[in-house]
Amino acid sequence: MSAKTDVMEASEQKADPRWRSVEKTMRQHGYHANGLIETLHAVQEAYGCLDEEALRRIAAELRVALSHVYGVATFYNYFTMAPPGRHTCVVCMGTACYIKGAGEIMERISKEFNVAPEETSDDGNLSLLSARCIGCCGQAPALVVDGEIWGGLSADEVIERLRRVLNDA
Amino acid sequence: MTPEELHDLCTQEQEAAEQYPHHLYVCSSDPKSILAKDLRQEIKKRDKEKTICVHEVGFMGLGAEEPIVRVEPQQVYYQRVGAEDIDALFDSLDSGKSIERLACETLPELLKHQRLVVLDKNDRINPNRIEDYIACGGYQALMRALTEQSPAQVLEEITQSGLRGRGGAGFPTGLKWNLVAKAQGEKKYVVCNADEGDPGAFMDRMILECNPHRVLEGMLLAGYAVGASQGYIYIRAEYPLAIKRLRLAIKQAQRLGLLGHRIGEVGFDFNIELRLGAGAFVCGEETALLGSIAGRRGTPRPRPPYPAERGLWNAPTLINNVETFANIAPIMKHGSAWFANIGTEKSKGTKVFALAGRVTYTGLVEVPMGVPLRDIIFKLGGGIPNHCEFKAVQTGGPSGGCIPAEHLDISVDYDSLAQVGSIMGSGGMIIMDETSCMVDVAKFFMAFCCEESCGKCIPCRVGTSQMYHILQRITNGQGTLYDLELLEELCDVMQNTSLCGLGQTAPNPLLSTLRFFRHEYLAHILDKQCPAKVCKIHKVMEAVS
Repeated sequence: MSAKTDVMEASEQKADPRWRSVEKTMRQHGYHANGLIETLHAVQEAYGCLDEEALRRIAAELRVALSHVYGVATFYNYFTMAPPGRHTCVVCMGTACYIKGAGEIMERISKEFNVAPEETSDDGNLSLLSARCIGCCGQAPALVVDGEIWGGLSADEVIERLRRVLNDA
Repeated sequence: MTPEELHDLCTQEQEAAEQYPHHLYVCSSDPKSILAKDLRQEIKKRDKEKTICVHEVGFMGLGAEEPIVRVEPQQVYYQRVGAEDIDALFDSLDSGKSIERLACETLPELLKHQRLVVLDKNDRINPNRIEDYIACGGYQALMRALTEQSPAQVLEEITQSGLRGRGGAGFPTGLKWNLVAKAQGEKKYVVCNADEGDPGAFMDRMILECNPHRVLEGMLLAGYAVGASQGYIYIRAEYPLAIKRLRLAIKQAQRLGLLGHRIGEVGFDFNIELRLGAGAFVCGEETALLGSIAGRRGTPRPRPPYPAERGLWNAPTLINNVETFANIAPIMKHGSAWFANIGTEKSKGTKVFALAGRVTYTGLVEVPMGVPLRDIIFKLGGGIPNHCEFKAVQTGGPSGGCIPAEHLDISVDYDSLAQVGSIMGSGGMIIMDETSCMVDVAKFFMAFCCEESCGKCIPCRVGTSQMYHILQRITNGQGTLYDLELLEELCDVMQNTSLCGLGQTAPNPLLSTLRFFRHEYLAHILDKQCPAKVCKIHKVMEAVS
């Protein structure tokens, strides 16, 4: 890639309204490396995931090595480099959920919708993820489907409701 | 804002509330609940805007039966109130007769056995309104400290109270504050650890969601006492509602001059910023947390130097847990003697526990230190549902242990729990019945620690992985007696050689199950059977033969 297209791409990205929130976050932290995690949060919120291009730009703006940015981005479970599916289903694997059958729910969803845990289905419709504990232990077993908390459902009920969500799209 | 202005705002709010003969306190943790909105509409329709006031509160105490409505001044609780019950509710206010079919008898009964310090008044405070907190006497302890007490007096009060850190280890809070106050450094920091990573614990989330201002006030008092002007709250990104409410609370406090420059019109400056975690359990460890605040990978470093000496950006830093900070304002308000009167000799005050698992009433309870474990599970938790038999309670998450039925009568305090091989931890209690296999539970926690190990030191990185594989072998029916010996040896190595608390305590769940439920391990190894029928030994054995 020539230097010229690099500059063009950079200016294109700069014009992207989604990048503005990232820019704003970096500015709030005075373009200091201290604000790296906050900046990565802003990218993921705006774009749904992190990508190499974004990491390169952040490294340049905050004046840190790309390896440092990559190291931080991959250290934390919350950050993902893979684009999410149209719908996401997070199965809580906290202790309370686990002893109330979260493992079985995970297995059933995986089988029913043909998607491996921690991955996105081939048609890009569903990302199946697990969480360490979402702090909703009172409603165990708990799931977060497209940001909405589902609690206290049996595996059958989960499959049933999830099918409705997926078919609506 | 001056102390007089705060006082005026407080009386103003109280007087405004007294105008209404009826109050409805609505509690629903479901953010989509529109009950309060419906009630307000109905009030408008019935032209009762001057007589009935609706308050949305974050916490009432019985999550399972929500939405709950409390009618005041009658002090009547209704449970599972839906849109169809609104008419009946208003009719009952007119007639003065309570609605029997909605009556919630459990909650008043549960509250009778509790002692609320941290959660006190949360059932009358709307977390989105700083005025509600002020009307309940909020920020008065801060104002009094700023205008009438020296930092040294605040330190003395906290030391005298006997408060110990609520994050799990139970380090005396006063001692920690004194260390930071005495440490040399121009700039000092106060950090609130809200990275509640223990699976099964949600006290901190609830405290922040229901009354964020109490935590802010605690941090402000800490800042005044140790001489810091900047505070950080490090909170998990997995708690979006708590983050939203904290952000709003900080804005409101800034607007009223309770955060920022010259708080209370005296020379005290203090600001609080939020820092979001990104899903790493190890960041609950203080040195890892500080690294993460500075935008780095959250890996721990050896201590000493402790953060009290060299913490954030090498400046003296005070790190306390959410619940610890939530205890500060009540102590300053009612005095250390009042606080020291609650609890036991060595564990003062109350503790909030999160009950979950196989128990009838899941949710938060707050009890004085020293109550019997049995009371928490059977009186406050309502016992085990479906006529099942109690088997064990897991406290302290991945750093804690499982306590069996024979120890149900121990008193719940830091030292008694340590004696039976568990820890107080942050306060999560997972209750298990006969449907849980203890070997499987040990494997669950080891898998957790294995994944969450940051990889910096070898004992933890390799040890957790080796132990997980051995446990997997046992739950598959392929374990041998030698495996048990090997596990115990590995536990010993990890406890003694790991860099941080994660690795040092990772063997605890395994050791406590080996101690109290060794027969289950033996059943898996010798009889190739899982007594709880959780592990899929039979399928594997068939496949092998």
